[in-house]
Amino acid sequence: MAIVQHKHEMPVQQPEVRAQNFKEVALGYSEEAAVAEAQRCLNCKNMPCVAGCPVNIDIPGFISHIKEGDFEGAYQVIHRSSTLPAVCGRVCPQETQCECRCTLGIKFEPVGIGRLERFVADYHNERAAEPPAPPALNGHRVAIIGSGPSGLTCAGDLAKKGYAVTIYEALHMPGGVLVYGIPEFRLPKDIVAKEVDMLKGLGVRIETNCVIGKTLTIDELFEEGFEAVFIGSGAGLPKFMGIEGETLKGVYSANEFLTRVNLMKAYRPDSSTPIQHGRQVAVVGGGNVAMDAARCARRLGAEVTIVYRRTEAELPARREEVEHAKEEGIIFRMLTNPVSLSGDENGSVTTLRCQGMELGEPDASGRARPVPVEGSEFELKADCVIMALGTAPNPLIKDTTEGLETQRWGGIIVNEEGLTSREGVYAGGDAVTGAATVISAMGAGKTAAKAIDEYLKNR
Amino acid sequence: MYKIVEKKALNPTVIQMDIEAPLVARKAKAGQFIILRVDEEGERIPLTVAGCDEKTGTVRIIFQVVGGTTEKLSHKRTGEYIADFVGPLGVATHTGGIERVCIIGGGVGCAIALPVAQEFHRLGAQVTSITGFRNKDLMILEEEFRACSDSLTVMTDDGSYGRHGNVTLPLKELLEKGEKFDRIITIGPLIMMKFVVATAKPFGVPVTVSMNPIMIDGTGMCGGCRLTLWQDGRRVVKFACVDGPDFDGYQVDFDEAMSRGRTYAEFERHAHEEACNLFRNA
Repeated sequence: MAIVQHKHEMPVQQPEVRAQNFKEVALGYSEEAAVAEAQRCLNCKNMPCVAGCPVNIDIPGFISHIKEGDFEGAYQVIHRSSTLPAVCGRVCPQETQCECRCTLGIKFEPVGIGRLERFVADYHNERAAEPPAPPALNGHRVAIIGSGPSGLTCAGDLAKKGYAVTIYEALHMPGGVLVYGIPEFRLPKDIVAKEVDMLKGLGVRIETNCVIGKTLTIDELFEEGFEAVFIGSGAGLPKFMGIEGETLKGVYSANEFLTRVNLMKAYRPDSSTPIQHGRQVAVVGGGNVAMDAARCARRLGAEVTIVYRRTEAELPARREEVEHAKEEGIIFRMLTNPVSLSGDENGSVTTLRCQGMELGEPDASGRARPVPVEGSEFELKADCVIMALGTAPNPLIKDTTEGLETQRWGGIIVNEEGLTSREGVYAGGDAVTGAATVISAMGAGKTAAKAIDEYLKNR
Repeated sequence: MYKIVEKKALNPTVIQMDIEAPLVARKAKAGQFIILRVDEEGERIPLTVAGCDEKTGTVRIIFQVVGGTTEKLSHKRTGEYIADFVGPLGVATHTGGIERVCIIGGGVGCAIALPVAQEFHRLGAQVTSITGFRNKDLMILEEEFRACSDSLTVMTDDGSYGRHGNVTLPLKELLEKGEKFDRIITIGPLIMMKFVVATAKPFGVPVTVSMNPIMIDGTGMCGGCRLTLWQDGRRVVKFACVDGPDFDGYQVDFDEAMSRGRTYAEFERHAHEEACNLFRNA
C-alpha cells in the first residue's frame, strides 16, 4: 500500500466565519479520517515519537488501537500517561515534540499525532460512562497550589494512588491558564471543566478563592495536616517594555486582555466585565499568547497588527497558530519594535512610535539579536495596544515561605524530582521554568507526584 | 458561596455588609482589600476591608452604589449569598514608628479610613481625624470615628453638617498652628487625596494615600491596576494590588490615575442603568 504523504486534513471553520465568533476553530477528525490517519503510522520499533513526548505517551500503542477502530482502547493507553488528553491534543506544540521525531516525517509529513490524540479524547468524553469510583484513601493528605496543567496533573496522579488531595486556586474558577489564558476558540472551556470534573470524581477537593501567600501560607498548610505541598502557581506576572506611554488607557497586558475575554467572558454582549473594543489593535510580541490576544481582538471586530522585533522565522508561536492568525486577516509587521506610545488629550493611546530592526549576531538565547536600524522610525496608529512580552512567576509564595529558594528572576529552584529547598515542598510548571508549555507543566506535575508518593511512602 | 450575615444602609447610597469568610477574617489587616463577585455571571471588583471579626469569622465591607455590580450587591439581603470573596489582598497599612497621625477620609473612603484610625488608636497613637462628605445625608461613621480619635472634624461641602468646606481646610489650619504629625493618611476620591498632598507639602509631612484602581485578579496577574510613581525624577510603574494599595502620596501621578480610573466610565454608567432597570421592573 502506498504511503499517504500528507496528514489528513482536519476540518476547520472557514477564516471569514470564525473571525466573527469565539467557537472552536478546528473541528476534529471523523472516525474514518482518524483511522485513515492512524494507518499512516509505520509502527516503527524504536518509537522516536515517545521520547519526544514530555509525558512519554505510548504513541504507537494508542495509534494501533485507532487502526482497529478501538477508540476507547486508544483512550485508555493515553490515559495511563496523560491526565489531560483533550487539552494536549489541542494546545501541545507537536511540531517540536512527538511529531518532529516521527520517522515518516523524514520524507513526508509526520503522522498527525496531536489530531489523533484529540480525536480519541473527544470520542471518550462524548461517551464517557460512569466515572471510575475514587480509590480507597491511603491516609495521607497533599495540598496542591494552583489548578493549572501542572497542578491538575499532580493532583490526578496522587488521587489515583489514594492520596487525599486538595487544590487551592486563587481565582474563582479552576483551570489556571487553561481558563484565563487560552481562548475558547482554541480550547473550549467545557473541555477543561470536564477534566476538572473527572478529578473531582477521583475525590480531589478544589478550594477556589484561596491565594496561597495571602489567605493561607505553606506553613499553615502543613499545620493543617498536609504532609506534602506541590506548588504549581504558574508564571502570572506580566512583563511590560518600560517605555513611555505604557500606562495610557487602552494599553493592556496580554494577561489582562485575555483574562477579561476568556475568564470573564467579556466577548459576550451581556458580560458584566468591560473590555475595550479597539478599532485598530497592535499586539506586541510573537508567542502563542500574542497570537491568542490578536485573534481575540480580531473577533471583537478590530483590525489587528502583530508587532515583533525579529522575523517570522523566529516567531516563538506554534506554526499552526501563526497560519490561523494570518488566515483570519491579522497583519504581521516583523522586524519592528515600539520605542514609545503616545495618546490623545483624554489619556487614551493613539500611536506607537516604532523602530525598524535587523537581525545581528546570536544572543545568549541563541537567537539572532535584533538591532535597531538607524533612521527607520515610523508611527503606527492604534487605539488599543496589547503587550504580550512574556510573564514571570508571582512572588507571593516566595515572599511568605521561609527557606524556599528561587532564581533571581523568581523561578522556584527544584531538583530533578521537583523537590524544592524545603522538605515536603515540591514545585513544577511555569513557577519553576518561567512561561513554557501546557505539556511540560503536566510532565513536571507527574514527576512531582511520583516523588511525593515515594517521599510519603518512605517516611 | 459566602453568606451575608448582616446588612445595614449607612446612607441612601452607602451600604455596610458583614460577609462570612473565616479565612479572610483571620488574616485581614487595616488597609488590605478583598475581591468579590456577586454571582456566577458577575465581574470581579475590589473593595478595601472596613473591619473584620475573627470570632464570628466575618469581614465587613462598605460600598457605595456606583455601577452595575454594586447596584446588584446592594439588592442582596441578609442571609443571602454572594458567589466569590477572596483575600486579604495587598499590603496592610504601615503603622510602625508613628505616634501622631492625621487620618483624612472622604465620602465612602471613610469606611476604610476607619479601621486604620482604630488600629492607630489601639496602638496608642494620637489620632486626629478629619472626614468629609458632600452633605449631611451622605455622612457616615461619625460615632465610630469619634470613639477612636483624639479629635474629629466633620466637613461638608455645603455646610449642612459640621464645618463648611473640604477636608484640606482644617488640615491646613492644624499644620499652620504648628501641629506635628508623623504622618497623614488619606483615603477617598483621587482629587481629594491629590489636594491633601498639595496641602501637606509645604509643611513636609509624609502622606500615605490609598489607591483603588481598576483590577481583575488582585494578585499581580493582570497589571490593570498599574500606576506611575515619580521617584527622584524617574518614572516607576507599580501594581496597586501587590505593591499597594498604600503609596507615598508625593510620588503618585494622580492625573494619570484619574484618567485610568475613567477607562470604563461609559460602560459602567450603562451597566448601572441596566441594573437599576432590572430591579425596577422586578
